[in-house]
Amino acid sequence: MTAPVNDVPTLELRGVSKAFGSVQALKDVDFEVRDGEVMALVGDNGAGKSTLIKSIAGIHAFDEGEVLFDGEPVHIHGPKDAARLGIEVVYQDLALCDNLDVVQNMYLGREAHDALQRLNEPTMERRTAETLKSLSVTTISSVRQTVATLSGGQRQSVAVARSVMWNSRVVILDEPTAALGVAQTRQVLDLVRRLAEQGLAVVIISHNLHDVFEVADRITVLRLGRDVGVYERAKTTQQEIVGAITAGVPTKVAGIAGTGEEDV
Amino acid sequence: MSTAAPPEVQAAAVPGDGLAAAARAYFDKLRAGDVGSLPVFVALAAITIFFSAKSGVFFTAVNFDNLMVQMAGTAVMAIGVVFVLLLGEIDLSIGSVSGIGGVAVATFQQVGTGHNIGGGGAIVLAIAAGAVIGAIQGSFVALIGVPSFVVTLAGLLAFEGVILQRLGSEGVIGIQNNTVNNVANYFLPKNWGWGIAAAVALALVLTAAGGYWTRRRAGLVIGNVPLIVLRVVALAVITFGVVMICNHSRGVPFAGILVVGLVVFWTYVARRTTFGRHVYAVGGNPEAARRAGINVARIRILVFMISGAMAALGGIVFAARLSSVDLSAGSGTVLLDAISAAVIGGTSLFGGRGYVRAALLGALVIKTIENGLDLLGQTDWVKDVTTGVILLAAVTLDTVSRRRLQASGR
Repeated sequence: MTAPVNDVPTLELRGVSKAFGSVQALKDVDFEVRDGEVMALVGDNGAGKSTLIKSIAGIHAFDEGEVLFDGEPVHIHGPKDAARLGIEVVYQDLALCDNLDVVQNMYLGREAHDALQRLNEPTMERRTAETLKSLSVTTISSVRQTVATLSGGQRQSVAVARSVMWNSRVVILDEPTAALGVAQTRQVLDLVRRLAEQGLAVVIISHNLHDVFEVADRITVLRLGRDVGVYERAKTTQQEIVGAITAGVPTKVAGIAGTGEEDV
Repeated sequence: MSTAAPPEVQAAAVPGDGLAAAARAYFDKLRAGDVGSLPVFVALAAITIFFSAKSGVFFTAVNFDNLMVQMAGTAVMAIGVVFVLLLGEIDLSIGSVSGIGGVAVATFQQVGTGHNIGGGGAIVLAIAAGAVIGAIQGSFVALIGVPSFVVTLAGLLAFEGVILQRLGSEGVIGIQNNTVNNVANYFLPKNWGWGIAAAVALALVLTAAGGYWTRRRAGLVIGNVPLIVLRVVALAVITFGVVMICNHSRGVPFAGILVVGLVVFWTYVARRTTFGRHVYAVGGNPEAARRAGINVARIRILVFMISGAMAALGGIVFAARLSSVDLSAGSGTVLLDAISAAVIGGTSLFGGRGYVRAALLGALVIKTIENGLDLLGQTDWVKDVTTGVILLAAVTLDTVSRRRLQASGR
């Protein structure tokens, strides 16, 4: 798809490391994502994908390395710091309230009020509808349905829409298509593409290389806590990526991979 | 997301206008297992018809007045229960706390005991005592994580002990203060009754019209206009009907106004404020609420404070009705009546689903049965068995409806 237009990565990690006790979860990893691009993050179980996004989201802190946002060094000490920068994470287990409707979920924790401190339902309902429409989420017939009535794909759409509603710059999606059927996976991948088209920097974590190749512009491969390389989707093949995931050699410290630092 | 899209995106969702469309949508909801308040209305109608046929006294204005006062205390307590159930928690201490409320108001209103604070002050202090008790119990639940079942079971025992200690050897405190006694024994002059009915009807019309214009101005789907009109008219007719019946007897009881006022107030809190929204969220998915930045512990503690305060106020109504408080305060069926009322009214025991009005509807069901069986000269065992059966039926209905809701993905 379109090559990244922006010279400065929106979010850039330089040489970050993270250890849990004696387990080295991340070692000297470089990572970047730019406005308007979908960056996939792939790797086998235990490659360090979750640690990486949790650290970006402020749940863990990196031990070493630099985090740059729009080229400026930043320090992320907690989820609130990440949110302030405009980094939103859509976790696998969605975190929606089944008993509340779409509007109520979209605004949960950030409700709009009128002058009398009452919930401003008309404003919330209108903006929810606008947001869903701007993302071409057309399968939700009424924004006043409870989330319990929605399908897996629709729920994922609501969770994603919620993450982009708050002036976010970077949206990180953790396994957004896991447990979805074919048609619903299609919906969600289209949605991911549209986020990038709207100029957001999108990071998608997936085990499904088919999905990754469908939606990503570039692919970062992690193996055993190190980055094995960044591949442009247009210039690579699934075979090459699989090879990198299972037997890739770290770009920076050649020859080290698989020498006994297996993480769990 | 920055595009100023016109908001008629959901136009496709409008199920059509008119009452027929509304009825169709309602039956769809029923089939999916969302029964709402329907079973309560059916039960109330059946109970009314049954007792009217059996007893000549049941369907009279005097008895209607009595019934309103009889159910007031239970209904007030059940409001607190609704909030606790919305969280998916339980409060077993409300019986004892209502006893504490009665004892506190009786103690504070006593003349010549050093504290001369009058009836109003005594009522406020008693309610505050209930709220403090709720705050303490809620803190154990929310901050330490002790199951609410155990915390409030301990509270049930402990506060019963406190009542025993306070009432001491005499075992009873009389209430002479008129302000306190009027809570359950004052009947409004008939003109006032009509005035209030008119005010309620006006408020109904204004609220409905206000909602209509706000949504219209915002360019949102309006909903089913005939249905809205029908609802306003029905509520207004019920209001005038109740006042008319009461005015054939002693007039509208203050206790009835208190209950309706509290239901309206707490409905507003539950549906129109951020706090209420967060109560539903915590009840639905505490983890999602926490990730959305909601202070879950604060919500839990506040809800237990509401429960304690409403229990104490219910206890005040009971004490005022008897103009005294004795060792039986808050014991017997007081606790189970209040919890049953909330559940029978349609509040789910599983958290996150229910409305404040369930407290009033459920209390009406329980107390109507009790009242009717009393009139038929039935003994306590019949009343207990009947209430038990109805409670089981209500919980079974809730469970089945929850299963159907899940099956139909609602």
